Amino acid sequence: MSQPTPASATPPGGHLLDLRDLHVEFRTQEGVAKVINGVSYHLDPGETLAVLGESGSGKSVTAQAIMGILDSPPAHITAGQIRYRGRDLLSLSEEQRRQVRGREIAMIFQDALSALNPVFPVGWQIGETLRQRLGMSRADARRRVVELMDLVQIPAASKRLGDYPHQFSGGMRQRVMIAMALAMEPKVLIADEPTTALDVTVQAQIMDLLADLRRDLDMAMILITHDLGVVADVADRIAVMYAGRIVEHADVRSLYRAPAHPYTKGLLDSIPRLDQRGGKLATIRGLPPNLMRIPSGCPFHPRCPYAQQVCVDVVPHDLVLGDGRTSACHFAQEVRDDRTR
Amino acid sequence: MFRFIVRRLLQMIVAFFGTTLIVYALMFAGQGDPIQALAGERPVTEAQRAYLTEKYHLDATGVGGFFYRYFDYLSNLLRGDLGESLTGRSIGEILAAAWPVTIKLALIAIAVAVIFGVTAGVLAGIRRASIFDNATLLLTLLVLGIPTIVLAPLAQYLLGVKWQLFPPTAGADPDFYALLLPGIVLGSLSLATALRLTRTSVAENLRADYVRTARSKGLPRRRVVSVHVLRNSLIPVITFLGVELGNLMSGAIITEGVFNIPGVGFNLFRGIRTEDGPLVVGIVSVLVVVYLVANLVVDILYAVLDPRIRYE
Repeated sequence: MSQPTPASATPPGGHLLDLRDLHVEFRTQEGVAKVINGVSYHLDPGETLAVLGESGSGKSVTAQAIMGILDSPPAHITAGQIRYRGRDLLSLSEEQRRQVRGREIAMIFQDALSALNPVFPVGWQIGETLRQRLGMSRADARRRVVELMDLVQIPAASKRLGDYPHQFSGGMRQRVMIAMALAMEPKVLIADEPTTALDVTVQAQIMDLLADLRRDLDMAMILITHDLGVVADVADRIAVMYAGRIVEHADVRSLYRAPAHPYTKGLLDSIPRLDQRGGKLATIRGLPPNLMRIPSGCPFHPRCPYAQQVCVDVVPHDLVLGDGRTSACHFAQEVRDDRTR
Repeated sequence: MFRFIVRRLLQMIVAFFGTTLIVYALMFAGQGDPIQALAGERPVTEAQRAYLTEKYHLDATGVGGFFYRYFDYLSNLLRGDLGESLTGRSIGEILAAAWPVTIKLALIAIAVAVIFGVTAGVLAGIRRASIFDNATLLLTLLVLGIPTIVLAPLAQYLLGVKWQLFPPTAGADPDFYALLLPGIVLGSLSLATALRLTRTSVAENLRADYVRTARSKGLPRRRVVSVHVLRNSLIPVITFLGVELGNLMSGAIITEGVFNIPGVGFNLFRGIRTEDGPLVVGIVSVLVVVYLVANLVVDILYAVLDPRIRYE
């Protein structure tokens, strides 16, 4: 496990990618769902940030807001900034935004079978940006596609260029997806649950591949996942999301050692452990909130074992715990010091 | 792909024998005295009766005789001999005269459906729930709701007779202009269906995951829609249009009747009305072949367009 990137790697003028107080809502006929409610996180060159949370916590929506591929309607970004190399992406025109997409920040998606176009050969899909955006000739693009497919360790790459997505196994399809995202040599790679649709053994291979590629190509990576086990080996820092907020933010080691938010603690406790066999699996009671009616105060309070009256009345601010750790909990200190795991 | 085509060809042969057998049986099995039917009211001499019995193998009776005659007919058909109609004209010649007219009409109708239906469908699909989308929905429902038997005379009266924009009837040897109005009337139904199909398909594909991927690659919206979305959306539309072209090639009885166009449908209707068995069976047999070929072409096209089909 690597330590958080030292401050010297931070580019002059701030972070590589810097989200500030992002708010996104979905306006539907049933009402307004407040999906992102003031998310701030940052990413420095060469580091891996894991964004953790259950379905509907807003981790994917945040990523799509960074990419600028949210469908609007229903999605509306109502406040905040997404600064990339000091420039607020939200203030750019769609055309300028498009230039950043794929070339600076690329994204890979959860289910490669549906995320790849079923009617085009994979070689064509990987090479599309090379031909369309870099103006490469067919022959040059082809050579580069084979290189990319070799890079993501697809066997017999030159023979498989003409194959279609459905002819590949799940793991190989995800490699195709990764090769496609790497085609333009992005500086930031967002991986949205890249292993969720895969077998466990293949999951590990893909995670290793991503970690290796991140290091070899000197990219920064945002790894979105709901799987704590996946995170530990590859991430430097973790941001835990709940109901469209970052509830805890810490480097991997201290977060695992002593979570400072009851939600994180609940997630860690719910990992099955070999030394507690036979016992009942710990779960977090209750359900994630309806984003159209987020509870008052701390949105986690109806499910929280630490909840007091103050949690119902007052929205907790990010409490800085030192070492760059923050926790949005009124009782962050108590939770962190509570070693009853 | 090769095996796919071979399998489809084999299915086609079975379908051909099945349909021609049914049509042949329906037309002749229930007949009392086919020779008297052939001659109509006039008396038949013994010599004529002997000649015709010999010619059509009527001496063989029962199921065996029926199949004997059916295979005799089929072998003639496969040699390209469709026989003669009861009026003594060669059915081959009748079809040779009628088909070019019907094909022209079918092509006009399909062109109308493609140019207006598919284009408007793509636009409506991209701008879902817009004024344009709702207007086309209303118009297509209107067109789909009016049967051809009403639409054709209405168009003929308004555009042909009252405002005189088009010739009201086509006549013996119609030119392109004379076929334009019937072509539009005939095509309006295909147009409406093609529009709805395209619209739904485009709207659905726009929400697909691979579109999100294409956008995240930084491709311009124009390319995302015209390459990624359209290529997928047009698969069902092209399939529909192929089958529809097969339908239209086999003639449009109502439209050709209303506008007095001497096409296949017109002749088929005349054959049915005058109980001209050989003519009806002759035309229908050829229609079966046209239809089977059209379906084969559509299936192959489908496999070409959608790579997932080829390997099933």
